[in-house]
Amino acid sequence: MRKIKAAEIGAEAIGKSFGSFAALTDISLTIGRGEFVTLLGPSGSGKTTFLMILAGFEAATTGRLTLDGHDLTNTPAEARAFGMVFQGYALFPHMTVEQNIAFPLKVQGRTDSDIKRRVGEMVEMVGLGGHSHKRPSGLSGGQQQRVALARALVYDPPVLLLDEPFSALDKNLRGQMQDEVKRLHRELGTTFVFVTHDQSEALALSSRVAIFDKGTLQQIAPPKEVYERPANRFVAEFLGDINILNISDVSVTPDGAQASFEGQSLRIAGMPGTPSRVLAVRPEYMSLCLTRPDTGNAIAATLRDLTYLGAETQLSLASAGQVPLVLSVPTAALPTGLTIGASVWAAWPPDRGIFL
Amino acid sequence: MPTLPRSALLIAPLIGFTVLTYLVPFLGILRWSVTLPEPGLGQYQTALSDPLVLSVFLRTLRICAVVTLTAVSAAYMITLLWVRGSPAQRLAVELCILIPFWISVLTRAFGWLALLSNKGILNTWMQSLGILSEPLTMVRNEFGVVVGMVHFLIPFAAFPLASAMRAVDERALLAARGMGAGRARVFGQIFVPMTASGILGAALVVFVFALGFFVTPAILGGGRSVMAAELIYLRIFQSPDWGLGAAVSVILMLAVGAMLALLMRRVRPGRPQ
Ligand SMILES: Nc1ncnc2c1ncn2[C@@H]1O[C@H](COP(=O)(O)OP(=O)(O)OP(=O)(O)O)[C@@H](O)[C@H]1O
Ligand SMILES: [Mg+2]
Repeated sequence: MRKIKAAEIGAEAIGKSFGSFAALTDISLTIGRGEFVTLLGPSGSGKTTFLMILAGFEAATTGRLTLDGHDLTNTPAEARAFGMVFQGYALFPHMTVEQNIAFPLKVQGRTDSDIKRRVGEMVEMVGLGGHSHKRPSGLSGGQQQRVALARALVYDPPVLLLDEPFSALDKNLRGQMQDEVKRLHRELGTTFVFVTHDQSEALALSSRVAIFDKGTLQQIAPPKEVYERPANRFVAEFLGDINILNISDVSVTPDGAQASFEGQSLRIAGMPGTPSRVLAVRPEYMSLCLTRPDTGNAIAATLRDLTYLGAETQLSLASAGQVPLVLSVPTAALPTGLTIGASVWAAWPPDRGIFL
Repeated sequence: MPTLPRSALLIAPLIGFTVLTYLVPFLGILRWSVTLPEPGLGQYQTALSDPLVLSVFLRTLRICAVVTLTAVSAAYMITLLWVRGSPAQRLAVELCILIPFWISVLTRAFGWLALLSNKGILNTWMQSLGILSEPLTMVRNEFGVVVGMVHFLIPFAAFPLASAMRAVDERALLAARGMGAGRARVFGQIFVPMTASGILGAALVVFVFALGFFVTPAILGGGRSVMAAELIYLRIFQSPDWGLGAAVSVILMLAVGAMLALLMRRVRPGRPQ
């Protein structure tokens, strides 16, 4: 498989205003060669705007862009020639699949035989053999998606930008396309910047996830880190359910910290973040006990609801002080004879609590 | 959807009106063409072999082709500004398209006459500036006819073009730019082909209209650049040769009908985006 000379992109204090509205504020990040970075955030958080600035379709109001260390801020889009997959595909409707994929090569003035060979390779790679003479209107959504991918990849762009490329696909096709994108990234080694507002997609695909909120960058880190060590409460809550405990009497100890919650003394190990008054624990790290466990942290609570989800069962609890707790417990590990209203304990290991 | 008889009832007055004012007279014309001065297809034979009539047909086709090409190209540029220009440009184009649209074809033809004739504004002005020593003949010839017709027909081309241009997906243009294509290539290889259905529709509309033009060629052609419609008029009202006039009418009608059928075929299956 051919390898592409991937590029490193840098953004320094990028800001973008539309009139008086600040769509992006002070975004600084570096995306390394061959990295797969996902931009994740709620609707309107500025993901598309940032991607458009990277591609050169929008000019940043403030800040600087670099490509492999060279200034890129004022380079027009056609000179950057990053591959781009738009939401909704943006295929050329008057061209066949083959002609669509050949277009960027024609722009580069490649020879006909070269174009023919490369287009053939690409068509095979995205599994569209047999469809190459169809127009986009004759293709299914997933097939159009593949054409868009092939068209963006065929000319070996140093960077590939993808804006919610799978949002229109059903779950199965989505999973299939995710695998495909992952494989393409592995094989080609291009730098990928992928926009989504689906958190599981972001965690599954990327080497690092950049989380946006209201035009600011909240955290950029590998998936495991953003999930397990969120930089702040927004990130923690955006990436799935999390239990938030307002703790008191926080004190630092040699191996971590100590605190109390509703009269229970808690231990926090491994120092996840700077000690604060907010402790967060993911539902899957909490377990349900009928009696107080001998080790680890535990809070007395009442069972409020129980939702069977197959392999997992989701439990809703309320602490003595009526703080809601969510637990995600393997169904196989669930104690028998649980009834709603039962007095139980929510327990978790000291190294699974996070300061926010 | 209303049932057929009911909807037929609702548009019955319109159908009745059309039958009375168009179909009945047209059937009369059809009869004339095969009965005057004597029964038979002799007038069609004359119409298709008489060098004079043939030359009018040829001129009509030539003028219509030139007018279509010019009007559609001009309308394309204008519509581009209308659809994709700045707000000021849009307003300017709207005024330039709509104001002439409301002025009668007769008034506009005389306007062009005043502007282009030998003693007209343009010639006088250029002569007084010393650009020209002799007046330039711009009316009473095909040039004048083409100018007048193009001006009249641009708005009719602009509307189908505008709807095609509005349907173009902006992201496809961005995508092409993002792949390194310059402005000229994006325009020529992406934008224009994506508006092809509008260009075809505009061309057909303009051509069909142009075929039956009467007032503009009569005034700006000054009797020298006679087109088919004027020939019919002359045959019926001036030289009493009703049979030939009728045969020419039927031929023109068939040509327009064929073009319209083509237009319908293009439009009905829904534009490919
Ligand atoms: N051309 C524009 N003019 C004015 N405001 C704009 C423009 N483009 C974007 N915005 C605003 O900037 C903000 C960020 O928009 P953006 O499209 O980047 O969001 P997003 O994160 O991509 O959201 P989504 O997930 O819904 O696609 C939004 O509040 C939007 O209204
Ligand atoms: Mg977006």
